[in-house]
Parts: sequence; structure tokens; C-alpha cells
Amino acid sequence: MDQLIFFSLSALTLLSGLLTVFSRKSMYSVLSLIFCLFTVAGHYILLNAHFLAITHIIVYAGAIMVLFLFVVMLLNLNTTSDKSKAFYFRAAAVSGAGMLFLVLIASLKSTTLGAYYAPTDTGMGVVEHVGKRLFTDYLLPFEISSILFLSAMIGSVLLAKKEKK
Amino acid sequence: MEQTAQLVPLNWYIFLSTSLFCIGVLGVLFRRNAIIILMCIELMLNSVNMLLVAFSSYSGNSDGQVFVFFIMVVAAAEVAVGLALLASLFRHLGTTNIDMLNKLKW
Repeated sequence: MDQLIFFSLSALTLLSGLLTVFSRKSMYSVLSLIFCLFTVAGHYILLNAHFLAITHIIVYAGAIMVLFLFVVMLLNLNTTSDKSKAFYFRAAAVSGAGMLFLVLIASLKSTTLGAYYAPTDTGMGVVEHVGKRLFTDYLLPFEISSILFLSAMIGSVLLAKKEKK
Repeated sequence: MEQTAQLVPLNWYIFLSTSLFCIGVLGVLFRRNAIIILMCIELMLNSVNMLLVAFSSYSGNSDGQVFVFFIMVVAAAEVAVGLALLASLFRHLGTTNIDMLNKLKW
């Protein structure tokens, strides 16, 4: 049962990832990436990481992809065709990524992970446990990341502001 | 023990993450639209996140999940700044095609 869910989710993930890359219109790319992120959230649930699944949906589908959608619609990029370079450029891109894939698969194929059989279900991924870790062991990075967010917010407002002529 | 035969081996997650990462790399190399390139970077970040969660869940150690949380934070900040940069670039050049952004090349 788990394997069946894993296979169908993985097929959807990879398919929507490929659609993200190869869609002609930017809008379709954004929508298929949203779908891809939802399937990744499904993988998180399958791995008993419930807190991360919810956070993933909220942060990615709720914030990041909405930002992408807004920018695509605001800049009216949906009609701009991806004026491609020559054929050799595309062939080089595909073969480069394919060779990276081959090398990674070939090197990871022979790894033995004997100690890890199954996802542990010790209530590790629930809000209570992750929150406890976050507010005790990782309190300083947590607070620093809030400063990072603040600086990112100020920076993006400054960057996107219209310059005075 | 017949239950374990139905479980997903950790290797499959490695292969899935590798495939997703390579799709992201392909998108960065293949597309010329800067917004799509940013989205493909998100795809790569997500594949790595998924592998971190998988290892964390299989080994019973929740450190990986906390790391994924911080990666999400950094990704959100990165996207906000990147999209602001793209918006201001679009205002200057009228395009987001990265072939037009070659002033720093020489």
C-alpha cells in the first residue's frame, strides 16, 4: 500500500516537475510547480513529517507560489515566448543535465543503507516535538532567521520601489 | 515481518530526489526566462528538502526536519528578493530573458 502511494506520488511529482520545465507559457509552469509542491507535501505526510507537510503547503503554495503568480501576471509574462537559442544550446542543456543524472544515479546506486528499513513513527514529526526542538536546541538560528526575513522584506521593498527620476 | 516487504526502501527516495534535482538543473540550463529559472531553483531546493526529511524520518532523528524548516525560511527570503530584483530589471529592460542581461559578461 505504501509502495503504491509512493509510486503514484512520485510519478505525479516527476511529471509535474517536467511540465514546469517544458511548459510554453509561464502561467502553466507556475501552476504545475504548485501541483509538484503539493505532491512533495504528500511525500512528507508519507514520511510522518506532519508539521513540515503543513508548513510546506503554507509557505510554498500559500506564499511563494502566490508571489510567483503575482509577478507573472503583473509583468504580463504569459505571452512572452521563450525565445530560444540555437538547437545546439538546447541539446547541450539536455545532455548536461542527463549526464549529471547518470553520474548521480551511478554513484548512488551501489549505496547500502542497511540500517534504515522504515520511516519511524515515534511522533517525531508532529508539531509538539519539532516545536520543542525549534525553541530549545535551535532557538538562536530561529531568532536569526527572523532577522533574515526582516532584512529580506526591507530589501525587496527597496528593490522593487520605483526610482525617482 | 511481512509488513516490511511493503515498505518503501530509502533508496527509492534517493532516486526520486536525484531525478527531481536533475529536472531542476535541466530547467535552469534549458529555459531563458528568469522567473522559470527561479522556479527551477525552488524545485532543486525541494528535492534536497525531501531527501533530508526522508533520512530524518528513517533514522529517527528530528534534526533534519528542523534543517528543512530553516531551508524553507531561506528559500522564502530568497524568492522575495529575487522577484523584487526581477521586477526592477523588467522595469529597466522590458524583458526577463537572461540573454539580455549580459552587461557584466565583459
